[in-house]
Amino acid sequence: MGWFGASIKRKEDPALLTGRGRYVDDIKLPGMLHAMVLRSPHAHAGIRGFDKRAALALPGVRAVFTFSDLPPSMQRQTVPLLVPSPAIKQASMPYCLAKHEACFVGEPIAIVVADSRYLAEDAAALVDVDFEPLPAVSDCVAALAAGAPLAHRDACSNLAAVIPVNVGNAEAAFAQAPHVFRERLFQHRGGPFFLECRGMIAVPDPMADALTIYVSSQGPHRHKRVLLDLLDWADHQLRIVTPDVGGGFGPKGSFYAEYGALAAAALALRAPIKWIEDRHENFLSTQQERDQHWDMEIAVDPQARILGVRGTLTHEAGAYMPWGVVLPWIAATSVPGPYVIPSFHLDVAVAFTNKVPTSPVRGAGRPQAAVVMERLMDRVAHELKLDRAEVRRRNFIKPAQMPYKVGIIFRDGRPVTYDSGDYPTCQRKALDAADYDGFAARQAQARAQGRYIGIGIGNAVEATGLGPYESATARVSTTGKLSVFTGATPQGQSHKTTLAQIAADQLGVTPDDITIVTGDTAATALGVGSFAARTAVNAGSSVHLAAKELSHKIKQFAADMMEAAEADIVLEDGHAKIAGSDIKRSFREIAARAVGMPGYSMAGGPTPGLEASSHFTPDQSTYSNGTHVAEVEVDIEIGNVKILRYVVMHDCGHVINPMVVEGQVIGGVIHGVGNAFFERMLYDDQAQPVSTTFGEYLLPLSTDSPHVEVLHMTTPSPLNPLGLKGAGEGGTIPAIAALLSAVENALEPFGVHIAEAPLTPERIVALIGEAARGRTR
Amino acid sequence: MSDRRRVKLAVNGNEVEREVETRMTLADFLRLELDLTGTHLGCEHGICGACTVLLDGQSVRSCLMLAVQVNGRQVTTVEGLARADELSQRAFWENHGLQCGFCTPGMRTTLTEFLAHNPGPTEAQVRDAVSGNICRCTGYQSIVASALAAARAIRAAKGQS
Amino acid sequence: MKPPPFAYHDPTIVAEATDLLGRLDNALTLAGGQSLMPMLNFRVVMPDHLIDINRIAALSYVSIAGGRGHFGAMTRQRDLEFSADVMRAFPIIPEALTHVGHRQTRNRGTFGGSLCHLDPSAELVNLAALHDGVLEATSRSASRRIAMADWVAGIMTHSLAPGELLTDIELRAWPQTHGYAFEEFARRHGDFAIAAVGCLIDLAPDGTIAEAALCVSGLGPAPVRVVRAERLLKGELPSHEAFRAAAVEAESLEAATDVYVSGAYRKHLARVLTYRALERAVARASDRRAA
Repeated sequence: MGWFGASIKRKEDPALLTGRGRYVDDIKLPGMLHAMVLRSPHAHAGIRGFDKRAALALPGVRAVFTFSDLPPSMQRQTVPLLVPSPAIKQASMPYCLAKHEACFVGEPIAIVVADSRYLAEDAAALVDVDFEPLPAVSDCVAALAAGAPLAHRDACSNLAAVIPVNVGNAEAAFAQAPHVFRERLFQHRGGPFFLECRGMIAVPDPMADALTIYVSSQGPHRHKRVLLDLLDWADHQLRIVTPDVGGGFGPKGSFYAEYGALAAAALALRAPIKWIEDRHENFLSTQQERDQHWDMEIAVDPQARILGVRGTLTHEAGAYMPWGVVLPWIAATSVPGPYVIPSFHLDVAVAFTNKVPTSPVRGAGRPQAAVVMERLMDRVAHELKLDRAEVRRRNFIKPAQMPYKVGIIFRDGRPVTYDSGDYPTCQRKALDAADYDGFAARQAQARAQGRYIGIGIGNAVEATGLGPYESATARVSTTGKLSVFTGATPQGQSHKTTLAQIAADQLGVTPDDITIVTGDTAATALGVGSFAARTAVNAGSSVHLAAKELSHKIKQFAADMMEAAEADIVLEDGHAKIAGSDIKRSFREIAARAVGMPGYSMAGGPTPGLEASSHFTPDQSTYSNGTHVAEVEVDIEIGNVKILRYVVMHDCGHVINPMVVEGQVIGGVIHGVGNAFFERMLYDDQAQPVSTTFGEYLLPLSTDSPHVEVLHMTTPSPLNPLGLKGAGEGGTIPAIAALLSAVENALEPFGVHIAEAPLTPERIVALIGEAARGRTR
Repeated sequence: MSDRRRVKLAVNGNEVEREVETRMTLADFLRLELDLTGTHLGCEHGICGACTVLLDGQSVRSCLMLAVQVNGRQVTTVEGLARADELSQRAFWENHGLQCGFCTPGMRTTLTEFLAHNPGPTEAQVRDAVSGNICRCTGYQSIVASALAAARAIRAAKGQS
Repeated sequence: MKPPPFAYHDPTIVAEATDLLGRLDNALTLAGGQSLMPMLNFRVVMPDHLIDINRIAALSYVSIAGGRGHFGAMTRQRDLEFSADVMRAFPIIPEALTHVGHRQTRNRGTFGGSLCHLDPSAELVNLAALHDGVLEATSRSASRRIAMADWVAGIMTHSLAPGELLTDIELRAWPQTHGYAFEEFARRHGDFAIAAVGCLIDLAPDGTIAEAALCVSGLGPAPVRVVRAERLLKGELPSHEAFRAAAVEAESLEAATDVYVSGAYRKHLARVLTYRALERAVARASDRRAA
């Protein structure tokens, strides 16, 4: 194996570095028109009618589309929910344009089409909408209280779903437990904030009833499935392509209502229409994560061994549920983490509010779960006066216990079973690298100088490689060039390089000899997409298997051509060679043989064509894990936190390209830094978004980001041919927990207790004040 | 009735002349009029830095300038760096200095100005230099490594240590 | 987020600009653009006319003589940052500028633009007040001088009358060996400060504080000279008690609360930052006298 495991330079870079990337907004087509989406300025309002006359009178304005202009197939159904669940009580989904009711600020209510975006914005300002403002519900806890305003006018409640999670008998465990500790935690995560906003171009076919769509997404096949339903079309009528994508982090995987409306508008106008989300719209309408209220208890024996964990979670859905209950389900089922938890009970209530829908953002609820479990572990350590690392050590699932059944059903319908991982070693190595043992002395010395430093630990287990499959078709063209087509859809994860590395090893070529073609529904009939850290496992395995099968086919044809045994053939430098000789045939020649010639029978031989496909289907998710150790300094007068040192020990099984994985981990950690200290989407009590610029919603800058030391260990996955596990989210998942723990440790002399995220400097100063007045501990 | 003006300027060393609406931003002028799509729009309110170009060698946010304001000036975009700045390009390539690539043109133009005035920067100075450019993918570390590697390579090429 | 349509004017001399300002309705002046262009892109302002004064070369200058510095309103922040003359006479300016936005914004942003936009957190506005700034307002027919104390009419509202253009900013230069410190707290590098304190100290030969200037910004619409603190410090030997007393005065200022930050925290910061600024400014004054 030559290329697997090598930190080769990326194939994507030469184009991207020189400004020759091809993102959706870079695509220019003849006759292309430009759209603006008119969005509700009200969090909740009835829509009585529109006056489009002034807008349409503006030169260069082509059309204003509203619900009644949509085709019948879009009027009779809302955007299909692709992940139903019995836990869902009300599967509220939007129409492609609001019908009679807008349920969040930013909900699409009309499409304005003009010759330029500038003109479309001028026109949009002139569309007069007759709104009937309705009461809005802004808080997910208040939404579930009696008498709360309804997020949806015709609903009977704001209860979107109820998810009970149960393992063992928590009631009995708690009744007998010597120690029970309670933690109430508020957690807010924000949005993805990819640098490239969303966008799409809908291009009607001039002659047939068909459409090509370019869209910045995380998987065009899923978008195609939804749009076929909305148009009531057949497979051949729709092609969706995703070109270069400037970040996705989850929310570009959703099908947004406006995509359907834009498709309909393009068909109606018989012209290509481009719509690019601007950053203001992005704040209003791109899905995000938001509020979670946790009320948890942990029961332990006198040796700090966990007897049970139980509690409640109230999760904010927002106005609709584009990803069903996936996000709260993952959060709930990830709480146990790497620990043995004999009984676990969680009641999850999911509430509608009049805000943009929530959906998974890098980490997908697992960061919040890690905060819950790690805060509980720190609490146990504090109460029983034990070292925090020791409490964790005593409760780890041991390697000998693998595969370990947690007892919960994951969102893929399978019981949560950790397949492999060595959690004690991972923590030990991380702590060693961070000089955890020497920290007490460092802390004492700092305190003597009037400085407050702290250290925190975060452990997490990450379900990755989620099914059902990914597609891969490996093909040699008659020019001898190699292509691999896959439904994987990268947004920066380097798939075009890493998948080429895997294929190259099977085909005796270099990664530069293989072109990985991603995200095109015309290239592969089936596909799922890239999210939830699934591509290495699913696409990597499929590419591996397809390339392997292709290599057999090449050898089969070559054996026939060279009158040799297949077992004697090796693939080298784009040729099939008889081992130990100079006799060879080029891939070009073999491909010509494989496509056949008119009149010459191919009966009895290999099937025509030099290609092979695979849809690797994992049995279940495979579990990565990691330990993060953060060392921080808190300025107790200002409340500002400086990260002094950050160590990650990460295990994602076998690694295709170490440089790429390290980049994923570090990027994930910095996202966690953002969630721990900076990122807050503020809404007022009428559910109006308040944070709508990058001056108010704070993303971490280079000067806020620590240098991250990434260490690796490898427990290969037994669940796929290459022993792979996912790496896309592991940087984020334990980060918030480790940072909160470190801040609390720094402020120990003040008795401050941290039970929230994000944590601002003002809040830290207030907590120090409250603790002095005896109010936090 | 739109307010229009003629502009004539040098872009990446080439003279261009167009008639534009006076409200057209410099970023849109580059992308829409000149098909130089390497300059990206990330926020259109002057914070993310994805639209950074060089105006007479100084980094500016092209979303906060009007095309009519650069009449008679010299603008350099990432496309114009390709030839002139291969060492920095190579450093980014070798150090995984980009993932999705969207912030990258802004990073490169910003660093071009910075390294021209700071040939031997420390890590802290590099972080300060790119603090006006947001990246959501890399966590900045590989960008910093790339910039430091570029600085070393540029000094070596000039025969300095 | 595209700007709305407007009629564009780019005068090349002050008289042309003031003539336009005098006769056009609903006109806005475009200086560095770092504040106005975002507002245009968001369409929170919809001017019929945009008067771009970037071509008025005569408005960009730094002239320091006779204990006074004169700055043309269009002097770029970048030029202030790198000017040896400014470093010599007004060293707190380059120090404060390291907190002002980022390289890209300082390459375009101007001194006058900051003074007219009047973000409550703007560092340059603090510095103008700190140096007893006097601003020149020029119209078609006349020019007048406005003291910094009279410049801020309300939140983000200056005192220029219709038809007037800010043309010159005059600052009082402090003695060669004065101590200085600019302390601010912002969430991230380059962000607008939640609170900021500018401090100038002149030490007498006997080591006492001959004169102190202390300016707190970020608490309200205008930066505030903490006059009571300045008086307390005058004639005193620098000491923890003296700094603390001054800091307590700073904390007593009124401070606004918004959805992100409470007034109480701003006041708290005013106290903390005042103390730190005094410590540093005094130390610098000692070093510079000794050198």
